[in-house]
Amino acid sequence: MIAFILRRLLQSIAVLLTVGLVAFSLFRYVGDPINSMVGQDTPASEREALRERLGLNDSPPIQFLRFIGNAAQGKFGLSYRTSEPVGRMIVERLPATLELSFCAAVFALFVGVPMGVYTGLYPKHWSSRLMQAVSLIGISLPTFVIGILLILVFAVWLHWLPSFGRGETVMLFGWWPTNFLTVKGLQALILPSITLGLFQLTLLMRLVRSEMLEVMRTDYIKFARARGLTNRAINFGHALKNTLVPVITVTGLQLGALIAFAIVTETVFAWPGVGQLFIQSVQFSDIPVMAAYLMLIGLLFVLINLTVDLLYFVVDPRLRSQGGTARVAGH
Amino acid sequence: MAAASNNQPLLEVRNLRVEFPTRRGTLLAVDDVSFDIAPGEVLGVVGESGAGKSLTGNAIIGLLEPPGRVAGGEIRLEGRRIDNLPYEQMRKIRGARIGAIFQDPLTSLNPLYSVGRQLVETIQTHKPLSAAQARTRAIDLLKEVGIPGAEMRIDHYPHQFSGGMRQRVVIALALCADPRLIVADEPTTALDVSIQAQIIALLKRLCREHGTAVMLVTHDMGVIAETADRVAVMYAGRVAEIGPVRDVVKHARHPYTKGLMGSIPSLGVRTDRLTQIDGAMPRLTEIPSGCAFNPRCTFKGQRCLVERPNLMPAGDTRAACWLHDRGGVGAPILKETVDA
Amino acid sequence: MTDRSTSQPGWLHKVTDSDIWWSFKSSSLTVIAAIGTILIVVLAFLSPVLAPHTPFDPATLSLSDGLKPPVLLSPDGDWAFPLGTDDQGRDILSSIMYGTRLSLIVGFASVVVAMAIGIALGLLSGYFGGAVDALIMRIADVQLTFPAILVALLIDGIVRSVISVQRHDEIAVFVIVGAIGLSFWVQYARTVRGSVMVEKNKEYVQAARVIGLSPLLIMVRHVLPNVTGPVLVIATINLGLAIITEATLSFLGVGLPSTEPSLGTLIRLGNDVLQSGDWWITVFPAATLAALVLAVNLLGDWLRDALNPKLR
Repeated sequence: MIAFILRRLLQSIAVLLTVGLVAFSLFRYVGDPINSMVGQDTPASEREALRERLGLNDSPPIQFLRFIGNAAQGKFGLSYRTSEPVGRMIVERLPATLELSFCAAVFALFVGVPMGVYTGLYPKHWSSRLMQAVSLIGISLPTFVIGILLILVFAVWLHWLPSFGRGETVMLFGWWPTNFLTVKGLQALILPSITLGLFQLTLLMRLVRSEMLEVMRTDYIKFARARGLTNRAINFGHALKNTLVPVITVTGLQLGALIAFAIVTETVFAWPGVGQLFIQSVQFSDIPVMAAYLMLIGLLFVLINLTVDLLYFVVDPRLRSQGGTARVAGH
Repeated sequence: MAAASNNQPLLEVRNLRVEFPTRRGTLLAVDDVSFDIAPGEVLGVVGESGAGKSLTGNAIIGLLEPPGRVAGGEIRLEGRRIDNLPYEQMRKIRGARIGAIFQDPLTSLNPLYSVGRQLVETIQTHKPLSAAQARTRAIDLLKEVGIPGAEMRIDHYPHQFSGGMRQRVVIALALCADPRLIVADEPTTALDVSIQAQIIALLKRLCREHGTAVMLVTHDMGVIAETADRVAVMYAGRVAEIGPVRDVVKHARHPYTKGLMGSIPSLGVRTDRLTQIDGAMPRLTEIPSGCAFNPRCTFKGQRCLVERPNLMPAGDTRAACWLHDRGGVGAPILKETVDA
Repeated sequence: MTDRSTSQPGWLHKVTDSDIWWSFKSSSLTVIAAIGTILIVVLAFLSPVLAPHTPFDPATLSLSDGLKPPVLLSPDGDWAFPLGTDDQGRDILSSIMYGTRLSLIVGFASVVVAMAIGIALGLLSGYFGGAVDALIMRIADVQLTFPAILVALLIDGIVRSVISVQRHDEIAVFVIVGAIGLSFWVQYARTVRGSVMVEKNKEYVQAARVIGLSPLLIMVRHVLPNVTGPVLVIATINLGLAIITEATLSFLGVGLPSTEPSLGTLIRLGNDVLQSGDWWITVFPAATLAALVLAVNLLGDWLRDALNPKLR
C-alpha cells in the first residue's frame, strides 16, 4: 500500500513537471517576454541588459529549473495586461472559484447520486424514464446556455436572484472573501452553482444508473437475493457500495472539470474568479497568467487524484491487502 | 432422519412452464416439467446446457431473470404453493426454507464485505439472534464446512480465500437458517477437478446431517451417480427420464439417457470407444415436432415425428419415449428404422 | 415483414433485416432524433437558398427593422422576420440558419481532424510500442487531465499571441477546428492502439512480415475495419461535444468573430442585450443549439447501445 502511494506520488510529480514544461515553453517561447515588458523605442542594448538580468540567456534547462522553483513559491512574474504580480492576482481570485466549485460539486453529488440510484433500481418506472430523458437534455445543453436561461427566468423575468457578481462577501482570516456568511452572498451563489453543477449532476446520475444496472446483474446480488436479504440491504448495503469505486473516480475527474468549466460559468455570471481571469488572459494573450493558471489546474488535479487513490483504499478491501495479508491462507 | 415418515413430498413441481418472450417470439424454455423431492432426498437434475435445468432451479427459488417468467404449472413447498407468492413473502422463504448455491463461488460473494459480515447479515435476516450470537453461529458454520481457523478467517474478505474455500463459505451461507431444501446449481463446475469431489462430499454429508433435501443441477453424470438418490434427465426443456439413480445409470430407458451414460467412462470396465450422440440439442427456436430428440435418435419411428411422448413407466424408471408405450399402438413400427 | 422484404432488392433487404435497423426502428426517440438531425442539417446547408435574408451583409440591414419581437408572440411582429430581429435589424431566423451551418461545418471538421490525429497516433503507438508508445500515451494521459475546452482555449490563446488580431479573425475557423481537433484525439488513439496491440501478434501479421509485405500496411487494412464501430460511436458522441465546444469558445469571445457568427456567437450577442428583456435574440439560437446537440447525442447513445449489446 505504501509502495502504491509512493508510485502515485512519483506519477503526480511527473505530471506536474510535464505541465510545468508546457507552461514554461508558453512563458518563454510564445511571444517575447522582453517585448511585453519594455516600450517600442527601448534601445537594443537596454533590451539585452534586461534579458541578461532576467536570466533569459541561460541554457533552457536552467531556465526551466528556475521557472519551476519560482512556480513552487507562487512567483509567475508580472501580468502583461495589468503589470500586477500574477501570483497575487490568482490568490485574490481563487476563493471565489473554489467556493463556486465546491457548491456545484455538493449540488451535483447530493442530487445526482440519489437520482442515479433510483433510476438504476427502477429503470422501467415512468419517473426513471423521465429523469433519464431530462438528463439527456441536461448533457446536451451547453453550460453557458443553462446559465443564460437561468438568468433570463430567475433574474430578468422573476427578479428573484441576482444575475451577476458575488453579492456581499465577508473576509475570513483577513484574506479569504467568502459568500457563505451573508444572505446576499448565498443568493448570488445559487444560479452559478446550479449552472456549473448541472452537467456533472447529469453525468453522475447516468454513471450511477448504469453502474447500478451492471451491479444488479452480478452473481453476488443474485446470491444475496437467494439468501433472502431484504431489498433495502441488497440495494443500499451491497449494490450501492459496489458502485462507489467508479463514482469516486468520476467525481474526482469531474472536480477538475468543474474548476475548468468555472471559466464559462464565471463569464456568464461575471463571477470574479480565476476562470474569468484566464479568459481575459487568453483574449489579451497574457502568457504569464495563462502559464500560472495551467500550473494551478495541474496542481489541483494532482491533489484530487491523490485523494481519490486514498479513497479507493477505504472502499475496496482488495486494494488494502495487496501484498499484505492477501496470501496468508491463500490456498 | 425423519425423511420419509409421512408421504407428503417436500417439494412438488407440477407441469411447470417457463417462457422467455423475445423479439422473434416467445421461447418455451421449460415445458411441462413435473417432479417431487422427498424430505432429505438428493435429486440430481442432469442435461446439456440449455436443457432448462438451471431455469427450473431458478423458478423454484423464485429468481427467474426477467423477461423469463413462470407461465404455467405449480410449485409447492411442504404443501404450500410458492410460485405465485408476492416478492416479500417469497423473500422470507428464500434463505430460510430454500437455500441456494450457484455455480461460481468467485462471483457469488460480495467482494467488499468480509465473509463474517455476509454470514451475520444472512443469519440475522432469518433468525432473531443478537449480533454476538449470530457471529458465534457464523463461526460454527464456517467450522462445519471445514474452514480451518474459522475464528480468524471470519473477518477475511472473499478475495483472501481460494476457490474451494469460497465455495465452502457459500455452502455455509446457504445453510445459515437451516433450510429444508438446497438448490445447488452446478456447484462444482467452476472449481478445480481435485476440489470438486471434496465439495460434493461436503455437501452430501452436511445435508444428511441436517436432513436437508438437495436439488443438484449439473451436467456431470459422474457427480450425480455418486451423490443423488434419484435423477431427472432433462432435454430441450422437458424431462426425458426420471428414476432412482441406480436404475437410470445401469438400465437407462430413454435413448438420450443411454447416450449420456455411454459418455461417462466407467472406471472398472474398459471399453474401446465412448458412445457419443450425434448432433446437438436443438435450439429452443427450432424444436422439432413430435419427440424433441427425434433428429438424433437411432430408434425413431413415424410416431416420434408427430406425437410428443409424455413420461411413462419404463422398467424401474419413467421415460418420455414411445419405445415404452406398452399398451399403445406405437411400439411395432419402431423396428423399421432401427438400422437407419 | 417477410412479405415486404421479398419485393425489396437484396441490399435493401439486408439493411432492413439487420439487428441495427431493428433496434433503430424500435426506438421511436432515435427515429425522431434522426429526422431532426437530417432536417437541421438540410435547412442549415440550404440557408443561402432558403433563408429569407442575408443577415451578415450590412447592405441589406436597416436599423428601422431593429428589435422586432417574434411574430406569434407579439402584435408588433413582422411576418418578414418570423423569429424577430436583433438590435441591428438582422433577421433571427436567417442568422440561425447561417449560424447552424457554420457550427455544423466546424463540428464535422474538428471531428475529422481529431479522428485523423487519433487514428494515426493510435496506429503508431500500438505498432511501434516501446518508447514511442510510452511517449504518446503519456501525452494522452496528461492531456486527459485537462478538459477539452481548456486545451482548446490554450491552443487558441497561443495562436493569438503569435499572430495579429486581424489575421486571427481571418483564419479563425481553421484555428478553432485545429484547437478542437487537437483536444479530442485521445479517445480514438486509445481505441485504435488497443486494437492494434491485439492484432499485432496474430499470425497473418507475422506471416506478412516474413514474406516481406509491410506489416503496417496489412494492419491498416485489417485493424481499421475492426475499429470502425467504436470509432464511429466515439465520433458521433464527439460531434455533439465538438459543436458544444465551438459554441462555448465563440460564446467566450475566443472562437468565431461576430462578422461570421456561429450559434455560439449569436447567443453571446443576444446575451449582451438580455438584461433589457429582448430574450428572443438569444433564446432561439440557444434552442436550436440544444436541439441539434440533443438529436446528435440521442443518435450517439443509440449507436453505442446498438453496437454494444452488453450495455443493454
